[in-house]
Amino acid sequence: MTAIIEAHGLRKDFTVSEKAGRLRRIRRTVAAVDGIDLVIEPGEMVGYIGPNGAGKSTTLKMMTGVLTPSGGSVTVCGLRPVAQRTRLARRIGVVFGQRSQLWWDLPLRDSFDLLRHVYRVPAADHAARLAECRSLLGLDEFEATPVRQLSLGQRMRGEITAALLHRPAVLFLDEPTIGLDVVSKQAVRGFLASIGARGDTTLVLTTHDLADIERLCERLVVIDHGHVVHDGTLAELHARYQSRRRVVVDLDAPIGADHHAIAAALGGLADGVTLDVVSPDGQRLEFGLQDGANAGALVACVASVASLRDLSVIEPDIEDVVARLYQRRSAGSP
Amino acid sequence: MNIDWSCRVVEAAELAATRGAGTRGERFRPYQRILRAQVRAQLSYRTSFWIDAVSGMTFTAMDLVTVLVLFNVTSVLGGFAFRDAFFMSAIASLSFSLADVIVGSIEQLRLIIRSGQLDSLLVRPLSLLPQLVSIDMQTRRVGRVLEGVAVLGVAAGLVHLRWSAQTVAMIILTPIAGAALFAAIFVMTATVAFWWIDSGEFGSGFTYGGRDFTNYPMTVYGQFFRRVFAIGLGFAFIAYYPALTMLGRADPLGLPDWAGWLSIPIAALACGAAGFVWRTGVRHYRSTGS
Repeated sequence: MTAIIEAHGLRKDFTVSEKAGRLRRIRRTVAAVDGIDLVIEPGEMVGYIGPNGAGKSTTLKMMTGVLTPSGGSVTVCGLRPVAQRTRLARRIGVVFGQRSQLWWDLPLRDSFDLLRHVYRVPAADHAARLAECRSLLGLDEFEATPVRQLSLGQRMRGEITAALLHRPAVLFLDEPTIGLDVVSKQAVRGFLASIGARGDTTLVLTTHDLADIERLCERLVVIDHGHVVHDGTLAELHARYQSRRRVVVDLDAPIGADHHAIAAALGGLADGVTLDVVSPDGQRLEFGLQDGANAGALVACVASVASLRDLSVIEPDIEDVVARLYQRRSAGSP
Repeated sequence: MNIDWSCRVVEAAELAATRGAGTRGERFRPYQRILRAQVRAQLSYRTSFWIDAVSGMTFTAMDLVTVLVLFNVTSVLGGFAFRDAFFMSAIASLSFSLADVIVGSIEQLRLIIRSGQLDSLLVRPLSLLPQLVSIDMQTRRVGRVLEGVAVLGVAAGLVHLRWSAQTVAMIILTPIAGAALFAAIFVMTATVAFWWIDSGEFGSGFTYGGRDFTNYPMTVYGQFFRRVFAIGLGFAFIAYYPALTMLGRADPLGLPDWAGWLSIPIAALACGAAGFVWRTGVRHYRSTGS
C-alpha cells in the first residue's frame, strides 16, 4: 500500500529582517523546517508535537498547500499540495485551532450548507455526514446560533464538523484542543478517536496537550528546531529517554536524616533505582525506577526496615519525558 | 481498502463536478453562494448597511461637485469647457465605482493575512482571488454604480453626443474597460501585502489617486505626470481618450482619434499583469503564527 503523506528533505526558510541601529536592517534566513522526512500510511493517527516555534504549523501548512516549500518534496494523497491545491483540498480536511472555516455572522448551519456548495458534496451524502456529527458532537443545541456568539468549545465542534463534511481522506488538525475546557476537550478527543477507529481517515494532529496524544495517537513525531527528533510509538519514546516510574512511600517514622543515611539504612539501592526526593520531615521518600527495575523488591526492602503508612507507584508521565527531550535539544544546539 | 474506496468516491464526485462545469453557472455557483451569504451577513448589521450606502453615494457625488466648483472659478480647464470635462469625469467616476464594488475589498487583504484568515481560504477547493472578492464584496456600494450610470447619462446628454453604433458600443465598453484597469491596479497594489505586511495605505495612492487623476482632462497635467500616470499606468485611457473619440475632438497631445479604443487592450494587458503579480504573490505568502 502506498503512503498517503510523503515528505523528503522538506524545508521552509523565512527571511527575517532585524533592526540594527537607527536605519540599518540585517536580513537573516531562518529555517523554520529544516529537512523533514516523514512517511504516513493511510489510516494512521499521528501526533505531531514540539515546542513553540519548532516548525509544526509550518509543516502542516506545507502539506495543505498554504505555504510553498523552500526545498525538498511533499505529496499528500499523491498530489503536490501547492501546485494541485484545489484538487487536494477536496481530499483533505483542515482544522486550524486559531483560524475559522465558518461564517462569523451567520448561524452555524448556514456555514455547513455553504460548505456543501464549496466542496460540491451531493446533498444526501452531506446530510448523512452532518447527522452523524450532529449526534456525536451534540450540535443541535447551537446550530441556529450565529458563529460569533458560540463558545470556543462549541465553535471547535463546528470547525471539526466543517472539516469532515466532504469525507476527507486526511484530516489535519492544528491544535484542536487549544483553549478548550475539560469537557469540550473530552468531547473533541472522543469524537476524533471514533473517526480514527473507523480506519478510513488518516489523522495528523499537532498539539501542546499531550493528553491528546495519549488518547488518540499510536505514533508520535517530535520536532524541534525544524528537525524530527523522535518518530515512533509512545512506548519507544519512554524507552529511549529512560522515563522512570516513581515509587512514593510514606513512613511512620524517619529512617535517616539525608539521602546517604537512608540509602545505607536500606542496605544500598538496587541497580536502576534512585532516591530522588526526601521530604523535610524525612517521612516521605520518592524513588525513581528505570525500565526493568523491580518496584516490588524496593517496597519489600523499605518495609523490612520501616513501617509503611502509604505507598503509590506513579507511571511515567509523558509531559515529563517531552520536557526533558526539549531541554536536551536546546542544551545541545547552538 | 477503505482509503482507495474513498479516493474513488472523491474522483467520481470530481468527475461529476467537472461535467457539470460544462455549464458555466455550475462553476461559479460556490462563489455565488458565498456572495449571497456575505450579503446576508452584512444585512445583519442593518443600520451600518444604510449608513454606508448613503455615505458612499455622497462621496461619489463629491467627486463631481469638485469639478463643478472648479468651473465656477474658470470656464476652461486644460482647453476643455465644463461639459466636456464633466463627461470625462462621469466616465472616470463610473469606472472607479464599478471596480470598487467588485474588487475594492481586496484592500483588506493585509488584514486577512494578518488575522490568518487567508490560511482558511487556501485550504478550500476554490481559487483564491474570486473567493476573496466574494467573501467581502461591498454590495452596499452598488448604489454608487447606479448613481454613476445616471450621472453619465446626464453628462452624455449635455455634450450632445452624435449617437451611432460605435458611440453606443463605446459608452458601454469604456466604463467596463476602465473598471478592469482600476481592478487590476487594486489587485496589484494589494498584492504588496504578501511581501510587506505593514503595507498600510500604500495601495490607496494608486487606486484613489488614480481616480482623482482621471477625473480631469490630461491636458491639465505637466509632461512628467502625463508620461508616468497617463501613459505609463494607462490612466489616460480610462476616460480622457475614450471621451475625445466619442466627442469627435482631436487630441491636443497628438494621439490619433481612434486612441479611445485602446482602453480595451490596455485593460486586458493590465489584468494579465495583475494575474501574474497575484500568482507570484501567493507563492511568496508566508502566513503568520500558528
